[in-house]
Amino acid sequence: MGEVEVKLLGSWMSPFVRRVQWALKLKGVTYEYLEEDLKKKSPRLLNYNPIHKKIPVLVIDGKPIAESPVIIEFIDDMWKHNPILPIDPYERSVARFWAKFIDEKLSNVVRMALFSEGEEQEKAVKESIESFEIVERELFKEKTLIGAGEGIGYLEIILGSFCTWLPAIEEGAGFKVFDSNKFPLVNKWMTDFLELSIVKEDLPPRDRLVSYFQQIRHFVLATKK
Amino acid sequence: MAEDKVQLLGYWGSPFALRVKWALKLKGIQYEYLEEDLPNKSPMLLELNPVLKKVPVLVHNGKPLAESLVIIEYIDETWTHNPLMPKDPYDRAKARFWAKFADEKCVPATMSSFTKSGEEKEKAEKEARENFKTLESALEGKPFFGGEGIGFLDIAIGWLGIWARLVEEIAEVTLIADDYMPVLSKWFKDFLELPTIKEALPPRDKLLVHNKGFREMLMGGST
Repeated sequence: MGEVEVKLLGSWMSPFVRRVQWALKLKGVTYEYLEEDLKKKSPRLLNYNPIHKKIPVLVIDGKPIAESPVIIEFIDDMWKHNPILPIDPYERSVARFWAKFIDEKLSNVVRMALFSEGEEQEKAVKESIESFEIVERELFKEKTLIGAGEGIGYLEIILGSFCTWLPAIEEGAGFKVFDSNKFPLVNKWMTDFLELSIVKEDLPPRDRLVSYFQQIRHFVLATKK
Repeated sequence: MAEDKVQLLGYWGSPFALRVKWALKLKGIQYEYLEEDLPNKSPMLLELNPVLKKVPVLVHNGKPLAESLVIIEYIDETWTHNPLMPKDPYDRAKARFWAKFADEKCVPATMSSFTKSGEEKEKAEKEARENFKTLESALEGKPFFGGEGIGFLDIAIGWLGIWARLVEEIAEVTLIADDYMPVLSKWFKDFLELPTIKEALPPRDKLLVHNKGFREMLMGGST
């Protein structure tokens, strides 16, 4: 099979970009990483993702793919060794279901908490906690987290990227959704996840991330006035 | 598999159950349909979808699955004849991207133009129209999103041809502007005329009444 040219447009502070990087690492794919300045979006980014104007964008022989879950499924379709998604169709579907839940009911909602204040923020925080309760109760009740490769598969990538970023978001923005005493199963899983070498080796420095989210928070509050 | 038992928990007025029905029909899969009496959710529904408590839920040999697009991909991967998803990885990525775009961009804006009023409504209407226009580009000169025949993306978004038109009628907005997006408009018509697709549609007059009532309830009883 011929070599494809792979580029990844990303940002050091994005958990969604990190997901794609883990997927590429699991497959051993060589790629060119291009750091984007989100405050000043490049013509390159706007050209490759005119619809959402966001990172990550994977570029395969000049053809772009956006949206991290779509990108990861593409990576798994394209490079068949070391499967990321479960092989069994039912288990794949369960993984996809939970990935969607985490993105829609956790990631998006925490994002809303970051970008809102007052009653709106309270509502988002409450919803995030409820979502964690569901994850603790339903996702971890049976051994639903299916590992692949280095003990890390699709669902682990999705949940893990969110969980590793969350403490920095909470600290930077000044709200709390994750109580480790309330969610012991999730907490244990997160702790183990952070020990995986693929995760550990290049996480952004905690203080840099916290500072970044603090800046976001200042900006949000300033523009709300 | 010798004895495949397939059940679908749905609701007659749900477009998400409808798109699963389309997938099952296109594959020629025999299934038992169980109508939920929403909003009185059955114990069975709450047991099979404890996370979201919604329809549709597909149950295959006792194992439940929720989220219509996830279900459709499951159906495609389990019954592999008449494939719905393209073969090429990049084409598959495009199909998934656009299905996500329709669900996350076209649908909320359509809903807002349906339930809001005044300036908010106008803004939502415009946004929905622009998002539909963007969707049109995904056809790339083909008769259907799946190419010469229909595929995953057609059944993922075809329902909007009914529901967005209902919103247009009830809320008096323009979303699928025929002159602004003639190609998309034609595609909706052609898709909904296909016998397999048309046969499964719920009665329009019943949908109209149902959604009018739904809107009144959401807008606090005022028309």
